Amino acid sequence: MASRDSQRSGASNAPPDSIEALFAAKEIVIACGSGGVGKTTTAAAAAAMAAVRHGGKVLVVTVDPARRLANALGLDGFGNVEKRVPPEAFKSSGVRPRGELWAAMLDTKQSWDDLVRRHAPDPETVSRILANPLYQNISGKFIQSHDYIAMERLYEIHSEGNFDLIVVDTPPTRNAIDFIEAPQRMAEFFSSRLLRLLIAPYRSRMVNMASRPFYQVADRVLGSQFLQDIAEFFILFQTMYSGFVERARAVERLLRDRRTTFVVVSTLEAAPVREAEFFIQVLTQKKFHLGALVLNKVLPDYLLDDAAEARAARLCDDAAELARTDGLAEFLETDEAQLVRVLAEVGENFRNFAVVARREAGLRRELEGRPDVVVTVPEFDADIHDLPGLLRLGERIWT
Amino acid sequence: MVDLLERKLVFVTGKGGVGKTTIAAALAWLAADRGKRTLVCEVDDKGNLADFFETAPTRFEEREIAPRLWAMSMDTEASLKQYLSLQLKLPLVARIGPLAKMFDFVASAAPGVKEIVTVGKLCWEVKEEHYDLIIVDASASGHIVSQLAAPQAINQLVQVGLVRQQTGWMLDILDDPATTGLVVVATPAEMPVNETLELTARLHEETKVDLAAVVVNRVLPELFGRGEEEVFDRLATPEGEERLDALVGGATASLMDAARLTVTMRRARTEHLETLRDAIDPSVPLLYLPYLFFRSHGLRATHQLADALSAELGY
Repeated sequence: MASRDSQRSGASNAPPDSIEALFAAKEIVIACGSGGVGKTTTAAAAAAMAAVRHGGKVLVVTVDPARRLANALGLDGFGNVEKRVPPEAFKSSGVRPRGELWAAMLDTKQSWDDLVRRHAPDPETVSRILANPLYQNISGKFIQSHDYIAMERLYEIHSEGNFDLIVVDTPPTRNAIDFIEAPQRMAEFFSSRLLRLLIAPYRSRMVNMASRPFYQVADRVLGSQFLQDIAEFFILFQTMYSGFVERARAVERLLRDRRTTFVVVSTLEAAPVREAEFFIQVLTQKKFHLGALVLNKVLPDYLLDDAAEARAARLCDDAAELARTDGLAEFLETDEAQLVRVLAEVGENFRNFAVVARREAGLRRELEGRPDVVVTVPEFDADIHDLPGLLRLGERIWT
Repeated sequence: MVDLLERKLVFVTGKGGVGKTTIAAALAWLAADRGKRTLVCEVDDKGNLADFFETAPTRFEEREIAPRLWAMSMDTEASLKQYLSLQLKLPLVARIGPLAKMFDFVASAAPGVKEIVTVGKLCWEVKEEHYDLIIVDASASGHIVSQLAAPQAINQLVQVGLVRQQTGWMLDILDDPATTGLVVVATPAEMPVNETLELTARLHEETKVDLAAVVVNRVLPELFGRGEEEVFDRLATPEGEERLDALVGGATASLMDAARLTVTMRRARTEHLETLRDAIDPSVPLLYLPYLFFRSHGLRATHQLADALSAELGY
């Protein structure tokens, strides 16, 4: 993998050694990781940096941005249509982007409807599918359908050829890896023998359903109306079969294309790290391109300083003695008792966070060395909800 | 408001990463400790509930992992088979071999079947009174409403048949606040708070399930007491730091930085806590659990959070 990348990234023979180099070499970047690790913000920040530094048209496709972030990107009320982030939005950060930053939100229901319109043979089938109660349930409510549709949208946007770089924030999935396998699962599902068996009696009225134990049981449990709804839905869907399967395979090819890379995002907490490890393992096994690992909300390194920790211990243990020092309480305009508390609290606080920082460092060692690029981003004081904030974060990710 | 642990069926949900499983484990531990025969059930197939009890991976068959505490993980296929044999008294032929496979297929293809089979199993355990309390480490906040609303959805989709007949008693259990409640876990951060508020609104619109409590996890302690922050501010001036450096024999700048970081983090989080407090119905208990510095994982963390929950619940 590495050698192929290096050919793309230009003069150097080494694989991309920074997010900057990675983003220059790739056309599609897919951010993945477990919930709550800052995937959306990371994807948006990196995309904004690419628009500012590299230029061209950069699109970030996001699933569920924080409302204030969506506002900042001008995404409110827009949904599926790609929309340009107004250049004025960059002005308050004092930067003039070389390129354009675009953003789109993923609307699952809308995307499914578009897909049906594209693949159904005629308008009548389109309206019958859209009106089928099962379809409405599957497209609107079911999370497995988000996985597939996110990748399908990505393919759609990429094949329109309007963008130089597309950064995708993946939807929350039950299992973080689901969306990679979604196109393949979708193709398998529609070509499945079981599906054909299930709908067979509804295709040919010749078969005596009542004679088959399965249908007997199914009928008792689900009722024949429901079975008929299911069958109708799949019969209708089969009219789209070839287009659909072909499409699912094309999506799969795109995910494996050398222009596509995956960026794993995690915090240094036990559960997200476990998921990130699993992610890295699956991506490697299945020969997808693992471009970088972004570690978010990491505590500062100074917490790992042994000498500082010894001083923190001293503040805790000897607070009473230190507080008696001539003139210190007066200088701080306080009394001795309060000073004892403040000194002990400062020491205790450092020691508390030093424990967390050491735990984080241990987890970081477990993850490091897997992808070539590992980026550490500090815990920011405030939430990021505007473009200047995104660019500040982007600076930390970029090189 | 019905006491949280006096209910029979408590679903625990929350945005990914807020510590939903930890809280479910701690609640179950507390209930068992207080003498209730408790079943804790993991619904999402992540398989890490066992980590919070330091026990072998859980399976569909419940297993006693501590006195009065049983654990299981949901398996929709196994649950469907159990359901078919116990509830519908179907012939064996329908439960094995290719027919069973067909059912799995229908279950994965037909919307709502997986959800109903999950909720159905839990309601059935309530109905059979095998346990005093069932704590469910449920789906994340994005999916929990579809799961809880599944019996209603099935009612609309399936016009006749045994499945439809089964939804009535499930709804009786789910809709009764004395029996069933939902606990939403959040952390004091923007997205978890937003998701909690969106979820509680949807819960109210789409189901009759009662919001039993909101747990705010990982609350940072207030570093300084009254008037102490002013003292710290003077200590953190160049002159104050210099004096302190001389006293402890080395630089204390990073100690000051760490204290400042805690104060700003706590302040940013307080803002989100206030948003949450203002928006949640005042009759719903808000339970605050501390950020654990020393251990964030495993049985030790479960114990500590169970103690903190016990204090918050006024036991």
